[in-house]
Amino acid sequence: MKIEVRGLTKKFGSGTAVGNVSFVVNEGELLGLLGPSGSGKTTVLRLIAGLEVPTSGDIFIDGKRVNDLTVQERNIGFVFQHYALFKHLTVFDNIAFGLKIKKWNRHDIEQRVLELLALMSLDGLGRRYPHQLSGGQRQRVAIARALAPRPSVLLMDEPFGAVDAKVRQELREWLIRLHTDLNVTSLFVTHDQEEAMEVSGRIIVFSKGKLEQAGSPADVYEEPATEFVARFIGSMNIVEGIVRRGQVQVGSLEFPAPGFSDGQKLQVGFRPYYVKVAEDATRYRQQAKLRHVYFLGVAYRLEIETADGLVLRSRMNKEEFRRYRFVVGQAVSFAVTHFRILPQESGGPSTDIEAGKPIPGPLTP
Amino acid sequence: MTSHMLLSLALRSAAVGYVLLLIFLPLAALGQQSVAAGWDRFIQDLSAPQAAAALWLTVETAAIATAINAVFGTLSALVLVRYEFPGRWLLNALVDLPFAIPTLVAGLMIAAIYGPTSVIGTWLQQGGLTVLYNQPGIILAMLFVTMPFTIRSLQPVLMGLERDQEEAAFTLGASPWMTFWKVTVPSVLPGLLTGVFLTFVRALGEFGSIVIVAGNIPMKTQVASVYVYGEIESYNPQAATSVSVLILLISFVVLLLLERLTRRPGERLPQLFRWSSRNEQPGQDSAVPTAAH
Repeated sequence: MKIEVRGLTKKFGSGTAVGNVSFVVNEGELLGLLGPSGSGKTTVLRLIAGLEVPTSGDIFIDGKRVNDLTVQERNIGFVFQHYALFKHLTVFDNIAFGLKIKKWNRHDIEQRVLELLALMSLDGLGRRYPHQLSGGQRQRVAIARALAPRPSVLLMDEPFGAVDAKVRQELREWLIRLHTDLNVTSLFVTHDQEEAMEVSGRIIVFSKGKLEQAGSPADVYEEPATEFVARFIGSMNIVEGIVRRGQVQVGSLEFPAPGFSDGQKLQVGFRPYYVKVAEDATRYRQQAKLRHVYFLGVAYRLEIETADGLVLRSRMNKEEFRRYRFVVGQAVSFAVTHFRILPQESGGPSTDIEAGKPIPGPLTP
Repeated sequence: MTSHMLLSLALRSAAVGYVLLLIFLPLAALGQQSVAAGWDRFIQDLSAPQAAAALWLTVETAAIATAINAVFGTLSALVLVRYEFPGRWLLNALVDLPFAIPTLVAGLMIAAIYGPTSVIGTWLQQGGLTVLYNQPGIILAMLFVTMPFTIRSLQPVLMGLERDQEEAAFTLGASPWMTFWKVTVPSVLPGLLTGVFLTFVRALGEFGSIVIVAGNIPMKTQVASVYVYGEIESYNPQAATSVSVLILLISFVVLLLLERLTRRPGERLPQLFRWSSRNEQPGQDSAVPTAAH
């Protein structure tokens, strides 16, 4: 079922946890709410579930306004960060809990629980107690319990936050498969950008209770709408300069900025893999010194410093790296092959150009 | 045998020896004394009308006091754990007072409040309820001395109970009332049972406050402990021993039951002599068996 949130605001005392947030989760979608801790994403989830009451704004599930419905009446499935399994009940009874509340008959309950145990690869564990399970198993019991009464939407708070890295990777892949099989509208919260990129069909990025950007993982990565998103998602070099004759000047670097007026202060961002570095001082136009080389497993990261003291990160795949013989401290040449002029933060210098509209810049300065 | 194993054996022997010396030995002596005169005598002592009445009165009033403290102790523990209010720290400190006050003093305090000369006492008397030298006095005294048990046993388990579990029940459609009975109560049951059983056992043995509040009226307000005291005073140690042993037996059965009931499902008793700790529960798991899909 579709979830829609309009102008959602939640204040705790004098602080605003969620400020005027609107978005839509389409039917059958798996959407990730991404943001650092304290950004209000969990509050949004709890507001949709009915575990918190909004200060203002509306929540719609399947086109119906649910503000006045209690959490019990909303028919949602909720997966808590620390599982929140009923410790005094067996796995079977945990999963059956919601069905007993809904007064299903015994036969149907047993069938549904067995079906879910099989779906969650928990066969044979029905008579165990939560403390007799591993972290990954508990998480799957929690998801099974939430799905048992056939909720219209599934809400998950940091679903993989409490399991170790290896299990987390397997659970992610499993969740994607599960979602493909069941196709239930799902919304999950995470602070892990990698997890959000991998699992979600679409991401909503939060910061300080505000929605920063909504889009596909590729959109959010390649076309960050705000400086926050640019910094939060992946790694990005961000430099600041002043426009002179249609170019943003950052030390000896120049980035074309057509349409911006002279004297304006702008931020320019570029991903490390758009910074090309060579030993040969004449290969690229810009000069710098190699400060560090980091081995990342799949690639190398180079840190270079220009004569003006600007420090930039570059990323290079292994094959390319092996063609060179980099020595830390040596002089190198470099070029920036792609960059973006980052949208102005509100309250910044006034401009007659549409804020928030990024200008692609495919040029080498 | 390594020195580590020797040390651990010594520690365990010391613990077992301590319990034997302090608790088992006196118990055995009492038991021996009671059976020395024969089984028939034991039955005879207990079925003496005054003894039987005292025993029955004790069990009855202790049960009532336990039930009351179970309900109000649970509520108090919930309030102390879940709600912030001015003076909470003071209330929390007051809870332990009955442990600190000599029970005779407790009896005097109750007598002062509900006595015929006090305002409350007079008012209750007019309403037809006599507290002093009557059964309500016994129950009041028991309530006072056992009050901390339920609260103190429940507090830690309530603090350990995550709100998540109750919220999870809400999202599954359970009403607050249903959630209380199906999630909260079962989760804190071990603590609640401990509190209830200790309350009952403690109430069975209470002497000091009851003797002040209820006096020593045979067949009416004479509880078992007071009866035992009376028999000793009147040079009849045999009857005193028999009644004591029965009270002890009841307490012991209750405590055994408690130990049995509060064990976590699927858990075993700790072993007295165990050389190596084996890994018990499964616990290991490689997340998702991929074959399932």
